[in-house]
Amino acid sequence: MLETPTQAQEERELAWNGFAEGAWTRHIDVGDFILRNYKPYTGDESFLAPPTERTARLWRRVSAMMAEEAERGILDADTEVVSTLTSHAPGYIERGDEVIVGLQTDAPLKRALLPQGGVRMVDAALEAYGYRLSPHVARIFGVRGFRKTHNDGVFDAYTAEMRRARSSGIITGLPDAYGRGRIIGDYRRVALYGVDRLIDDKRAQHESLGDAVMLDDTIRLAEELAEQVRALEDLKVMAEGYGFGIGRPAANGREAVQWLYLGYLGAIKEQNGAAMSLGRTSTFLDIYLQRDLSSGRLTESEAQEIVDQFVMKLRMVRYLRTPEYNELFSGDPTWVTESLGGVGLDGRPLVTRTSFRFLHTLFNLGSAPEPNLTVLWSRTLPDAFKRFVSRVSVETSAIQYENDDLMRAIYGDDYGIACCVSAMRIGRQMQYFGARANLAKALLYAINGGRDELSGSQVAPAAETVRGDVLDYHDVMRKYEAMLDWLAKTYVGALNVIHYMHDKYSYERLEMALHDRDVERFLACGIAGLSVAADSLSAIRYASVSPVRDERGLVVDYQVNGEFPKFGNYDERVDAIASALVRDFMERIRSQPTYRNAVPTQSVLTITSNVVYGKLTGSTPDGRAAGQPFAPGANPMHGRDVSGPVASMCSVASLPYEYAQDGISYTFSIVPASLGSRPEERVENLVRMLDGYFDQGGHHINVNVMDRRMLLDAIDHPERYPMLTVRVSGYAVKFSALTREQQLEVVDRTFHGLDDLATVATVGACVE
Amino acid sequence: MSKGFVHTYEIGSFVDGPGVRFVVFLAGCPLRCQYCHNPDTWVCRGELTDSADVLARIARSAQFLKAGEGGVTVSGGEPLAQDGFAVEILRGSQALGLHTALDTSGYLGARLSDDALIAADLVLLDIKAWNREVYRGLTGVDLAPTLSFAARLSRLCRPMWVRFVLVPGLTDRLEDMEGLARFVSGLSSVERVEVVPFHQMGRHKWEALGLEYRLEDIPEPSFGELAAAKRVFADVGLPVSESRPAPCVPPDLRE
Repeated sequence: MLETPTQAQEERELAWNGFAEGAWTRHIDVGDFILRNYKPYTGDESFLAPPTERTARLWRRVSAMMAEEAERGILDADTEVVSTLTSHAPGYIERGDEVIVGLQTDAPLKRALLPQGGVRMVDAALEAYGYRLSPHVARIFGVRGFRKTHNDGVFDAYTAEMRRARSSGIITGLPDAYGRGRIIGDYRRVALYGVDRLIDDKRAQHESLGDAVMLDDTIRLAEELAEQVRALEDLKVMAEGYGFGIGRPAANGREAVQWLYLGYLGAIKEQNGAAMSLGRTSTFLDIYLQRDLSSGRLTESEAQEIVDQFVMKLRMVRYLRTPEYNELFSGDPTWVTESLGGVGLDGRPLVTRTSFRFLHTLFNLGSAPEPNLTVLWSRTLPDAFKRFVSRVSVETSAIQYENDDLMRAIYGDDYGIACCVSAMRIGRQMQYFGARANLAKALLYAINGGRDELSGSQVAPAAETVRGDVLDYHDVMRKYEAMLDWLAKTYVGALNVIHYMHDKYSYERLEMALHDRDVERFLACGIAGLSVAADSLSAIRYASVSPVRDERGLVVDYQVNGEFPKFGNYDERVDAIASALVRDFMERIRSQPTYRNAVPTQSVLTITSNVVYGKLTGSTPDGRAAGQPFAPGANPMHGRDVSGPVASMCSVASLPYEYAQDGISYTFSIVPASLGSRPEERVENLVRMLDGYFDQGGHHINVNVMDRRMLLDAIDHPERYPMLTVRVSGYAVKFSALTREQQLEVVDRTFHGLDDLATVATVGACVE
Repeated sequence: MSKGFVHTYEIGSFVDGPGVRFVVFLAGCPLRCQYCHNPDTWVCRGELTDSADVLARIARSAQFLKAGEGGVTVSGGEPLAQDGFAVEILRGSQALGLHTALDTSGYLGARLSDDALIAADLVLLDIKAWNREVYRGLTGVDLAPTLSFAARLSRLCRPMWVRFVLVPGLTDRLEDMEGLARFVSGLSSVERVEVVPFHQMGRHKWEALGLEYRLEDIPEPSFGELAAAKRVFADVGLPVSESRPAPCVPPDLRE
């Protein structure tokens, strides 16, 4: 006798109609679903459609609001209602034109109130923009209120040493005043399985703890699972407000995008993480869009319209942040990173028509920094795709590239990038984001016996200072190593505090509901000032560096006599120093115990904070003056990589990824004419350059194809370049949104191909 | 292995031959082109470098160059001012499995034996003007050696890219350009013609070297002028700024 199928079964059959079954049908496994159902696309971009009338109209409206926002700082902010999944009524831009709906609050670009990370940041930000936090909310949050925040917890636990290290700037960018971010929910699960199935799964996970010993770890997990179930239930309520019953799986392409976006929207309603990345969605979504296209239910124009409007929503993600935060990470970045392309473990490229459709939004809607489109590059990507992304770079400078061949070996073929360069398996791994330690400043501390070179105060434990008139390499190295021991310990300790408190006071219940039960956690540390530190050590070793002391006996400047090899010229002498710094600091981090047994990793990444870090760092032995910006990420110092772009790339690519598995960021700028005389040639040559760089083992590259002259003009006449987008360090920004200081720093970076080397040496005898 | 004067290296150029190039700029040049943007390469100076050292540098970048479908370009100065040194670098690069290019004015082309010519998989040949008087005025030397070198490359079927610098008021007379175009179209192994617009970017080097720069008032060619010059070459059937498969059959295989 046949059982009558339940409504849920019927809905699922309808939604999954035509899909190949596999492990994914039995348990939650989106990666398996993709591999069994996607069709690689090896053709070119000729199939793509222009924006529809509706999209163009909607985008004009949003652009006008964004222009007003840019003028005023923020368009509007909620001062009364703390944002949760269900706190706000549905919001629309222009309902009749929107094919994908959902806003963070009840109005477009209105910033949500998210005090759980830290109410001080919210208060200060509101005040900076002329708003006032509701006294009612102010009473609830904070140490004297009813609800402690993450920020309060962290400062309760910080040691005096951690506070000193934080305020001196030897450790910077700690996520201790706001959301930590860099967690990617597997938002695809919402579309593929429907929320009801996910709730059932999470309940089963809770039950699976049945006979476990109930102590700290298990108790915390049990509570988290209960929170996750609640978040999923609330997500359904939120979606119902928009008229969608997302308890069931998405049944077509438009629903798949809408369901997925609602999942993401739920996450950004509840968390103001530094980076709220999307994951790897395009090839997943392609399966749905192609099913509709091949059954005639959708046209290419409609498919592009869905993608354009989805991307438009991603461009509208906003957080309330203080102007000081903006100084650190300029241009209101949200790091809605979407990873495109890559190759499967079975050798098939994970490129689909929807990978093209995502990139095409940069033409349909114009260039923009968000979402942070990231191409996972492999030597074996289809040629037509390589050429297309290269063209997108040449024409927009809006995308970044990361080495899929390198990462696939570690993270498999269903990983995504969080923020700029941080890889993680979607829904299976997450990271505790951990700011960065300033290696250049640590060198100055080593020279000054732990005293700060700017303030003169004792920040690190007192140690022997460097004596004599010329720095001795071995003496400095010995002191530096001791200083790095202290730095690593203090740094990891501070991160442990931060993540303990974030889990406790600002747990990402929805994002974690879209993960497996037992996630692997990374403790993602970072370093800044790598090229400054490497060049400084190179100067001490290969030239003669004399310290200049002030009346306090503090070394505040250096006189460099003679030549020394500089990082970025593919010179083994200094490249090896840089590699050793990366390796040795990672080894120090690895020796520290971590919260929740997180696996320590490290990035060489500064984002735009290289300017601020430089400001906080005194003169360095490489001849860099006090306060001058560092190079971003793993970049050679500005103007010092003079042996050509490939030499610069080879130096960066020589840094050991196995000791920096959270990513090595490199920002590359080249003048268009140097890339080739004709547009098609530039596109071809960029492909070759990327093939060469990644083949060499490079991990990440931001590509800017632009003129310094144009940037200088854009500083003075921002109105002429409203869409000008620049890749800075792991993300893109609107050039006009940078501070003047940061704009000048970008202009100062090495532009390959500029004919500005006017070196004149003495005249010698000729062979002739 | 011999020693020579290297001016500089550019590791990673996209405009000196196909793909990603490792460019070795050799010092020394018998020409004194008025628009030269590297007058600091005219005379040899500094220390002598062993060709083995140059090749060791190239070897470290070989993987990148291969992945980037490029190779090595020996440029200058006039690289054939140090012909033995230049050929050693080219041969050594070929031995590393790399494509090689020689960027030359052709003035000293006679120095290379037919055998040595094979060391360059491609010759980037600058023909700076067609009118003999203009050529002499512009470079200080005769045009004839360059033309006979071009003819020899053609006879031997050696692939070449011909480069012509468009200087308004100097090299842009229509009948001169047409004459050059006719000559080039008669060559058998020209894969592409590049019309390079004159620019003022070399000027500061002349000033730094205390040399008298005479092209101060010459404007950079407009987009239209550049397009018109390209058309002159395209009209006689030459591939302008684009490569095409070499249609040429080497002499020993000809019927």
